[in-house]
This record gives sequence, structure tokens and C-alpha cells, in this order.
Amino acid sequence: MTIDGVEIEVEAGLTVLQACELAGKEIPRFCFHERLSIAGNCRMCLVHMERAPKPIASCAMPVAEGMVIKTDTDEVRKMRRGVMEFLLINHPLDCPICDQGGECDLQDQAMGYGTDRGRFQDNKRAVKDKELGPLIKTIMTRCIHCTRCIRFATEIAGVEELGATGRGENMEVGTYVEKALTSELSGNMIDLCPVGALTSKPYAYTARSWELKNTESIDVLDALGCNIRVDTRGPEVMRVLPRLNEDVNEEWISDKTRFACDGLKRQRLDKPFVRRNGKLEAATWDEAFAAIAEQLKGKDGKSIAAIAGDLADCESMTALKDLMAKLGSPHTDCRQDGAKLDPSLRAGYLFNTTIAGIEAADACLLIGTNPRLEAPVLNARLRKRSVQGGFPVAVVGGVTGADVDLTYTTQYLGDGAEVLKSIAAGRHDFAKVLKAANRPMLILGQGALAREDGDVILGLARQIAENRGMIDGKNGWNGFNVLHTAAARVGGLDLGFVPGKGGLDTLGILGAAQNGKIGTVFLLGADEIDTDRLGDAFVIYQGHHGDRGAHRADVVLPGAAYTEKNATFVNTEGRVQQTSLATFPPGDAREDWTIIRALSGVLGTALPYDTLKAVRGRLVEVNAAFMNLGEVTPAPWGAFGKDGETSAAPFRCPIDNFYMTDPISRASLTMAQCADMRVGETGKTGTDG
Amino acid sequence: MLKDQDRIFNNIYGLEDTSLNGCKKRGDWNKTKSILAKGREKIIGEIKASGLRGRGGAGFSTGMKWSFMPKEASERPHYLVINADEGEPGTCKDREILRNEPHKLIEGALVAAFAMGANTAYCYVRGEFYRETEALQRAVDEAYAAGLIGPDACGSGYAFDFYIHRGMGAYICGEESALIESLEGKKGQPRLKPPFPANVGLYGCPTTVNNVETIAVTPAIMRRGANWFADLGKPNNTGTKLFNISGHVNNPCTVEEEMGIPLKELIEKHAGGVRGGWENLKAIIPGGASVPMLPKSICDTVHMDFDSLGEVKSGLGTAAVMVMDQSTDLVRAICRLSRFYKHESCGQCTPCREGTGWMWRMMERLSDGSAELEEIDLLEEVTRQIEGHTICALGDAAAWPVQGLIRHFRDDIEQRIIERIARDAEAA
Repeated sequence: MTIDGVEIEVEAGLTVLQACELAGKEIPRFCFHERLSIAGNCRMCLVHMERAPKPIASCAMPVAEGMVIKTDTDEVRKMRRGVMEFLLINHPLDCPICDQGGECDLQDQAMGYGTDRGRFQDNKRAVKDKELGPLIKTIMTRCIHCTRCIRFATEIAGVEELGATGRGENMEVGTYVEKALTSELSGNMIDLCPVGALTSKPYAYTARSWELKNTESIDVLDALGCNIRVDTRGPEVMRVLPRLNEDVNEEWISDKTRFACDGLKRQRLDKPFVRRNGKLEAATWDEAFAAIAEQLKGKDGKSIAAIAGDLADCESMTALKDLMAKLGSPHTDCRQDGAKLDPSLRAGYLFNTTIAGIEAADACLLIGTNPRLEAPVLNARLRKRSVQGGFPVAVVGGVTGADVDLTYTTQYLGDGAEVLKSIAAGRHDFAKVLKAANRPMLILGQGALAREDGDVILGLARQIAENRGMIDGKNGWNGFNVLHTAAARVGGLDLGFVPGKGGLDTLGILGAAQNGKIGTVFLLGADEIDTDRLGDAFVIYQGHHGDRGAHRADVVLPGAAYTEKNATFVNTEGRVQQTSLATFPPGDAREDWTIIRALSGVLGTALPYDTLKAVRGRLVEVNAAFMNLGEVTPAPWGAFGKDGETSAAPFRCPIDNFYMTDPISRASLTMAQCADMRVGETGKTGTDG
Repeated sequence: MLKDQDRIFNNIYGLEDTSLNGCKKRGDWNKTKSILAKGREKIIGEIKASGLRGRGGAGFSTGMKWSFMPKEASERPHYLVINADEGEPGTCKDREILRNEPHKLIEGALVAAFAMGANTAYCYVRGEFYRETEALQRAVDEAYAAGLIGPDACGSGYAFDFYIHRGMGAYICGEESALIESLEGKKGQPRLKPPFPANVGLYGCPTTVNNVETIAVTPAIMRRGANWFADLGKPNNTGTKLFNISGHVNNPCTVEEEMGIPLKELIEKHAGGVRGGWENLKAIIPGGASVPMLPKSICDTVHMDFDSLGEVKSGLGTAAVMVMDQSTDLVRAICRLSRFYKHESCGQCTPCREGTGWMWRMMERLSDGSAELEEIDLLEEVTRQIEGHTICALGDAAAWPVQGLIRHFRDDIEQRIIERIARDAEAA
């Protein structure tokens, strides 16, 4: 085809707009978005096509042999100016107070195609704002009816809650019956909105986009490691936006990832504390370290234990692991929920198919997991695959029941281990579906693993994978997947932050603390354990929020949150990624591995690394996978899990409340509002409280 | 003038029995089986040869349209959709067919559906046509009972079902792809083309949407032959056509006439002439609200067919002739049409959504003279900014009447503004 006199070859199936992009011609657009269906309604992308009676909407026209397109004629520019004028006649002139200002498509393109004065003399349209819940602020007068938000909700998020009502200039985008959106991905509509009609409610009127410093980083509030951009002004994180990564999150992030950042400003531990006379009192680093040294003096290493929490980074875990080794303690564990993950074989705890690999699968079995709550972005990937058809999904436990809505069609098989046995043995109907599939996969959730018989369930899942053709080494297909909920988990397992020889796991440590066999417990951001079971043990808590762990602690060491350190995390696929320091830790708080390094010096067991580079060298030394930054290192298959008796208890979802899963989201006001809203849907009567 | 024996709709006024028996006496359902026996290709060939052009307004060749349907049925069924959402202001031809000649429509639907390999026809009837729907439903029931349609239509062995769907009264649902959306239960908004309905139409299946009149004349063409039809009217504008004459005439009526009849003859012969005589004529909208109006000077000589009206920058549209005599406030009249289009714009695409409202507001000011002279050019420019830039033809339809007004009666608009300026000056 020919574009502006230049002949180019493009592959069939592209639209004229995409072909023009390839030819280096920028086509203005509002409604077109690569990941959404084509609406063709903004008419900004009109181009001239030879032999067509009318100008064509380039976003909607598929390319064809011999097309002659002109994008740069006076006629085309006039059309665009015309459309722009129409868009602007009813668009308010409130750019100075609009949060979209500075990053607004309409503003940008008006620079190219707008005129400096309006010819429209009548009153502009005013539209009543819609209430869409605590996350999205609407100023519907600004809406240009591109329907990106409607298409996102319907197609990507899978909640058919938004639509257009009314006709002509009275058309309004909304939910008809006013209600908050029930999607965990709703915040992405804010990014999609080309104007300031949908903006972030918590961020409203707090900053202008050009004042912000952008730092590329990684999210840690679930185990996907979504790529994010942290926008800061001075010492404050103002907002979190997604960053494109086709292999992980495409360009979406969950509402928790986006909106929990206000939790970074509340409940922070900004100085060390030491418990004196039963009360935590502010102290200096020296006093805190001295208190620990005093406690550990002359103690047997076997009476010391360490548990790593869900937000712990790899650097601090490896430092703590090394420190514990030097102190002679084998009692370390990074599975604070007691999940019976087998650290001996990497393939046994990874999401081997990879997130992008879901799109190649053709059958899926979900075991003890509710991906919509545990990893909304991954769930969107499952939905994406599901709407393409030929992707039967079956659910075993982990959800509230047969009527659960994962935003795609699922078949509910049951809630416990019996179903798995039946599938593993090939007796169940779904076993045949899996067998018939070319690339079947299963996703094993923590709800099936964090229980007494977790290791047996793990073994069962391995059997299903092996017996039902999910492991196909010849074609490089591995359909066995563990979906983690903790960002720290895979890193911890990769680094061997698990019980050493004769060591105790989390439950064992808690038991031993309760009966006094363990006298000192080091909690590295571990807040999801039953702190009542720590007995009389001396508790050292290192973390960034005054959450459950800090309340029980005898010494508190203030660490850094994920936006405040350069740290390594491994996502559920085994992808090694790094966060970047966007702001400095508050007050006396420090990057986590440096705290442990300093403590080791005070204890007389100095660790042999003083720089970040050296610690990262140590990571690679422990596990070579840490060399492949940003990549997934395929893990070889092998034996893991156990045979044995299973309990009849149903698999539970590890997440009760999507909006409050970790110290950061628990400290977030926005997340609290969301949680309230959801509770309101299910239980509140309107007269309580 | 059309001879009585060439008339297709011989009971368009409902003066005779409209039931199946009555219709059969007048020739409907006569040897329909033998029409079907000709086979798909023959039927489409015959319709092509007859030169029949779609009667809904656009005037696209019907035979051609049918031939776009896939030749071989795949796993996707084919559908025939009949557009009975007659909403064009001034138009009232399809409702007469529904009321008084429903069996012509049903028989035509069978022939057309057979020709394009469809076993199902949906008739989308405008919601306001309540009695018409009843009449059509009665006829459908009769046809089913008599075995004319159903699992073995007319004993041909071809299965054919006819369903009636009532719309909710939106003008835009008369646009074929919006009609399909509405039929699917969605908001009536036009779809992007391509893909065209012949590939991806109703429920994603190959679909042809035809106007009621188009379908209703096909059995007559099949019985009497393509040549008979092609000999009527003018080349490329063949056959007979139902004309609706309304407005300032002595005898408003719906009448079947040959294509290409002079406009003056049509009005004088059938509508009893213009009120107060032909000289009292000011302007005529010849084809429903969407086409530009014509001043008397053109009306004197113009012929009523697609091409002749196209040459004078208007169109045959639905052949709804709206006559306006010297007493008419043309600016006000077009202003009313602008309000109609603003009200009926679906709101999907920008130029139409924003432009129709802007045009209407300017028209309001022009009609009471409160606008400035420069606004006439601005209005003209706005119509050009809408025209051709929208997803469907509603944008064009909204722009053309205004363009017609400015083209032919600019003096009227200017005079009103000049008078207002003078009044203002006097008052000051």
C-alpha cells in the first residue's frame, strides 16, 4: 500500500492507522486503543483513501492490497480541525483546574488541530457527575464519549457495568443505576480516559503532572511484580501508574497496586523502638542494636529463629539468612502462612507456564485459588484467553462457591481434595477435557497449600500435571503453576530462606516459641502470623509499618517500603525484577539489607558485603537465576510433593479482603474506603454505624 | 401515467379484502412454488435484470445487494432482515403495505430469503406502527396456517420462518446496522463498515437488510418478468414507486406511479395540485426530510427518479414529496428538521453528536433573525464538517436540508436578519 506517496509493506490484519504508524505517520486519535475493540466513533483519525467516496476512519479500516492513503493533505487537516472543533464546543475550558492537564490527549491534539478562538456561541453542555466509588472521580461534562472506559469494563475487566444512556448530545456514560464499579482493575479506566472525565479520586487536586518525578519500579502488593511508575513530589509518593510490560501486566495494574500508595504515609516506623517496662519507646539505632546484642549474648543459635514476611526483598532475606547461619540457627522460613511449598525443586513452586503463556493454553484447572482476588491482572489474562474461546476453565475450591464470578465462564467441580484425586486418577469428566487439550494448565493457589495436608495436595497437583499431559518437555510446555500471593515468596524460596538441617518451619517456630524452646524470633516484615503464639519470646521486628508484628515486638528496626529502596523481587513466574528508590525512607528508617548488615557487625558476626553490588553478587552466588534480570529462567521438572492422607476440609481463598492484604494496604485510607464499600454490598444495612 | 394493469399494489388503500383470501384473488401467492423452482441464481439474475433499486432511500441495486451474500451456506445461517422502521419524516408508504398488502411483503420475503439462502426473516417494525404490526401478524398467521411459510413453504420443501420485531421508535434504528444492533437487543447505534452485513450482520451472520417496498415488489417482478419492470420508468431508474405527497396540496395521498414521472404531473394528477395553484408553490422536499429542498424553478421541470433528482443536488430518498407553498416559513421548517436530527442523532460519533445540536441552535437564531449575517457561512461550513465524516448517513441527512435551504433561499435568511437589524436600530 502507499501512504503519502511512500510505498510500504505491512502484514494483513492491521488497520490503516497502524500501518500509518509503521510508516512514521502519527494519526491523532481518541477512541482507538490497541487493547480494546474498535469503536471508530471519535472520527479524529479520518484519512483520505483513493477511490473511496468519503474519508475513512483509519482506525477501523483494515489494510488492503494497493490502498493509497493520504494523511497529510489540506483536506485531511481540515477534517481533523473540524472534528476537533466539534469536540471542543461542548468541552469545558477548565484545563487550569483539571487533573488531566499536562497529560491530556485532547489538550495535546488541540495544540495541533485546535483554533485559538471558538465559533460556538451557545451555552456549553453540562452533565451531572456520576458516583463510581472511592477510586474514580468523574467530571462528566468533560467526557468526549470515546467509550474507552465502557469497552475496558466490558472487555478487559469483564464487568458489564458501564454503558451509554441517552441519545445524541444527551448521551451519557455511566452505570445507569448509580453504583460503584465492582472491578479490581477499575483504576485503569483513569489511564484510558483521554480527557479529564475520569480521574483518580485520591490524587485529585494534589499535584500537577509536570511537578512529579517519575521512577520506574516494581509492584509488591501481589506476586505478579507488575511494572509500575512511581510518581513522587519531594518525599511523597503521589501516585502509582502502570508501565508497559507485555510479559507481565501488559499495561494494566490492579486497584490495590495503584491506590494503596497513600498507605505509605501512614503508620510508618520512622525510628527504632525498644520495649522498656512493657512499653515501646523510641530509641536510637545504637540502643536498639545494643538491646538485641544483650538479648542474644551467650544464647545458643538453635534458640533463635527468623520469619520473613510477604514484602521482604531478596537482599535483606539473603543477609538475614547469612546472619542466622553465622549465629548457628537453622530455623528460618519465608512461608509465614504455612504453605507447604517444596523448596527443593524450583519448578514445584513457580508459575511455569508464565503469565503471557496463558494465552497459548487451551484448558485450565484452578485449584484453591481465586485469581480475581489474588492477582487481578493475571485474572485479566485468563479472561483474555477465555474470550478467545476454546478455553474451558474448571474451579476446585478457593472461591465462595459455584456462583463465583471470575469474569469468565468457569465450571465448578467441587471444593476439596477428593475432586483432585478423581482428576488425577482420570475418573473425573474434566480429566478427559484436560487430556484432550494440547496445552492444558493448572493453577495451584495458596488456599490449597497453606494447610496441614498442603504437601499432599502439592503432590496431587503434580500427579494431575503429569498424568493429564501438562508437562510436555518436548514442546517446552509446562502447565504446572503455583500462584503466589506474596511478592517475597519465590525470592525467599530461591534463596533458601527455609528451614535448614533440623530447622523448624513457621508453624514449628511458633510452637517452639510458645513452649519456650525458642527464645528469640526475628520477624522480617512478617505480619500475617499469629503473634499470640510467640509466647514469651524476645521479638525483633524489622519492617516499615506499625502493623501486627511491630505491636508484639521488643525491638523495632525501621526499614524501607518498596518505593524507598533498590531491591530485588522475584515474581510468581520466577522473573527477577528490581524496584528503584523513588523517595528516601522516612526519618531514621534505612534500606533493609543495610540494617541487617549493621546488626551483624554489632553482634560480632559481620557479613562480608558492604555495597548493594556485593549483596547482589551474593544473590547470584546462592542462585544463578538472579543473573537473568527481567527474565524467566525455565525450571527443570522433577519430583516434589508427598503422598498421604488428605483432609476433607474445603480449600479456602487465602484472601478475605482484596483491599487489605498487607501492612501497606491496611494503612491506606483509600483501601479502607473500598473495603467499606464492598462490605456495604454484602452485609451492611444502611442503619448500622 | 401508470396504467392500471401495471400497478403492483392494487389494494394499497385497503378498499378491498386484505385477508389471505382477498389477496389470493388479486394474485398474491400465485404459483410461488414455481418462482422458487427457478433457483437462487435465476431469481437474483431476474431481479438484477429488472433494475430494481432499493426503495429505502439510498437506491442501491437490489439484485447486486442480494448477490453479495455468500453463495454457499457455512455453519453460519443467513438472515433476511426487512426494514419496516419507517421513520423518515413525510414518508408513509411502508405502513400502507403493512396495513393493506401484507401478503405481498410476506411472499416477497420468502422469495428474497430463498434467493439468498436464508431460512429466517426478521421484520423490524417501527414501534409506533401498532395496528400495522397487528395486520402483519394476522397475515403471517394466515400464511403459516395455509402452509405458505413454515417448514415446507408453499410445498417447495424450503423451510422459512417470518418473525416480527417491534422497535421502540428511534429514527436511527432505520439505519441497517443500527437496526441489526437493536434487533440483537443492544443500543441502536450504527456499526462500522466494513465489515458489511452481507459478511457480518445479525448475530455475526451474513445478513441482507431490505426495505419493505423493495421486498414487496419482488414477487410481481418474478411473475411478470424483469423486462416488464425494466420497461417502466427510465433506464437505471426502472419500475413503479410509491410516492407520498403531503403538505400544501389539495389532496395529500400515497400513490403508485412510474419512476421518472415529472414532479409537477405527479402533484397535479394525484394530489389535486398545489394549494392556490402551481404558481403559489415555494419549494418542495422531494424525498423525505433528509434530502435538500428544491425551489419552484427546479420543481417545474424535474423528474422523479434517483438520477434526475441527483443532478439537481437533491435525491429521491423515500419519495416522500413535501410541498410547501408561499405561506411557508422555510427557515422555520428546516429549523424544525434540524431539531429532529439533533433529537435522533445516536450520539456515537463526534461530528453528528456535536454538530446536529450546533446546527439546530444556529437555525433557531436564523429563523427568528437574531443571528448575524456571518453565521450563514458558518452554518454552511458546519454542515460541510459533518457531511461525510460520520459513521452512518444520519450526519449527511442532517446536513443536506440545511445546505438545500442555504443554496436556494439564502436571500430569505438574509432578509430576516437585515430586517431585525433595522428594527434594532429603530428601537435604539
